[in-house]
Amino acid sequence: MDGNMEHFTQTKSSARADTASAPIKVDCQNIDVYYGDKQAIEDISLQIEDRSVTAFIGPSGCGKSTFLRCINRMNDTIESAKVTGKIFMDGANINDPAIDPVLLRSRVGMVFQKPNPFPKSIYDNIAYGPRIHGLASGKAEMDEVVENSLRKAGLWEEVKDRLLAPGTGLSGGQQQRLCIARAIAVSPEVILMDEPCSALDPIATAKIEELIDELRERYCIVIVTHSMQQAARVSQKTAFFHLGKLIEYGDTERIFTNPEHGRTQDYITGRFG
Amino acid sequence: MPDHIVTAFTDELEHLSANLLRMGGLAESMIMDASRAVATFDLELARDVIKRDRSIDELEVEAERAIIRLIALRHPMAGDLRAVLGAMKLAGDIERIGDLCKNIAKRCLELNGDENRAAVKGIERMSRAVSHQLQMALDCYLRQDIEAAKTVLDMDDDIDDHYTSLFRETLTYMMEDPRQIGSNTHLIFMAKNLERIGDHATNIAKAVYYMVTGEATTGAKVESRLSGDEGEQR
Ligand SMILES: Nc1ncnc2c1ncn2[C@@H]1O[C@H](COP(=O)(O)OP(=O)(O)OP(=O)(O)O)[C@@H](O)[C@H]1O
Ligand SMILES: [Mg+2]
Repeated sequence: MDGNMEHFTQTKSSARADTASAPIKVDCQNIDVYYGDKQAIEDISLQIEDRSVTAFIGPSGCGKSTFLRCINRMNDTIESAKVTGKIFMDGANINDPAIDPVLLRSRVGMVFQKPNPFPKSIYDNIAYGPRIHGLASGKAEMDEVVENSLRKAGLWEEVKDRLLAPGTGLSGGQQQRLCIARAIAVSPEVILMDEPCSALDPIATAKIEELIDELRERYCIVIVTHSMQQAARVSQKTAFFHLGKLIEYGDTERIFTNPEHGRTQDYITGRFG
Repeated sequence: MPDHIVTAFTDELEHLSANLLRMGGLAESMIMDASRAVATFDLELARDVIKRDRSIDELEVEAERAIIRLIALRHPMAGDLRAVLGAMKLAGDIERIGDLCKNIAKRCLELNGDENRAAVKGIERMSRAVSHQLQMALDCYLRQDIEAAKTVLDMDDDIDDHYTSLFRETLTYMMEDPRQIGSNTHLIFMAKNLERIGDHATNIAKAVYYMVTGEATTGAKVESRLSGDEGEQR
């Protein structure tokens, strides 16, 4: 990790985190992303801490989702997208061609803006990933994985009597927690969430936020959100993006009380930039 | 700084700071009038100052309501958050200044008009210094000027010196002529009130410093001042 830190401080456009408390889980170095000729991410370097929540904020179209997708190589699935730069996870470059993206995605779970349960039972929604990755042998073990994941996602009590009902029959907030349970089921190390609460009411949102806060003990979590209050509530670090660039990165508390950059201040206080 | 996209937000913040400046202006004139009432033994003016405290109280209530509304509805962040928190402090400090002026005016009603001139002159001098300090503090709020804020912090030492010498002087008079103890005690409390007003003006300057920079002024000086203050009261 020391080596990484050293490199980090030498990187020209890297943003400095205020407190370097937790170990670094994901170390992104000089990331560029192009869609065809259009550059969506420009030379972003960012170190994401383990066992903490990092929020990505910024105006629509600034590249938050694009950058998030770099972390589990989801951009590979977009034909026109080209990613350069290095992303180290625990020291290994995930963009290395030798890395199997499917395996990578089992280490890096993702939750999307719109809950997208598979058209299967609640049980199978959770069991799907562990089954593919051979994480459970036998029915009893799988039952345990399913129950544990649903418990961690705070959904167990609500669905334990209807595990065989379709996941799509749940409410939006329940579906989102189902998707989180599904992401957790494969025991990922990193969980990426792209606006996970944008379709939810305040109660469902509060439940997800509470869940995020609990998950933080075990996982490295990155959340994209348009709600400044949400970013302030759930994250320890905040990264502000603007037009494909990382403008400011630091302790959430500082960003929301005393940001360094005028652009950050203008954005979070709702001013014309 | 550019305007908010929601223009009502900018309007509300501006309205709030205009309100505070109005409060501050009232407080400033109350300081001068209270001491003039003492110096000229003008009981009418003293009663008027007592009455005016109510307007400051009302403005404070209004400011507080505006602040709660801003926090609840606008969720101020960063510089806006600091502006709103600072406004809350200012409102509290100015309200206290109003109370202290009122107390001076009330004590004025207890005087008999033949107090020793030197002490009365001292009160006048102190009130000029204090109202000047408050004026500067309000001005640095208006202009969000941290250099001026630092100057205001420095002025406080002077006012403390004023107070200390007035205290000693008055004590001497009291020892010489015990019949003057009653009225001179009032004068000492008036001076103490003025010294407190100076502290509130200092608080305002500190709040402005925080609003602009996001950092607290360092407390070392303030602390030593406070401990000295306690020594005098004993
Ligand atoms: N599949 C794609 N093909 C081409 N361009 C894309 C694609 N996805 C995103 N872009 C472009 O890349 C830029 C960044 O988009 P991205 O979705 O990362 O923004 P965002 O910050 O997540 O915005 P939002 O907050 O609206 O979700 C935008 O200009 C967008 O139009
Ligand atoms: Mg997006």
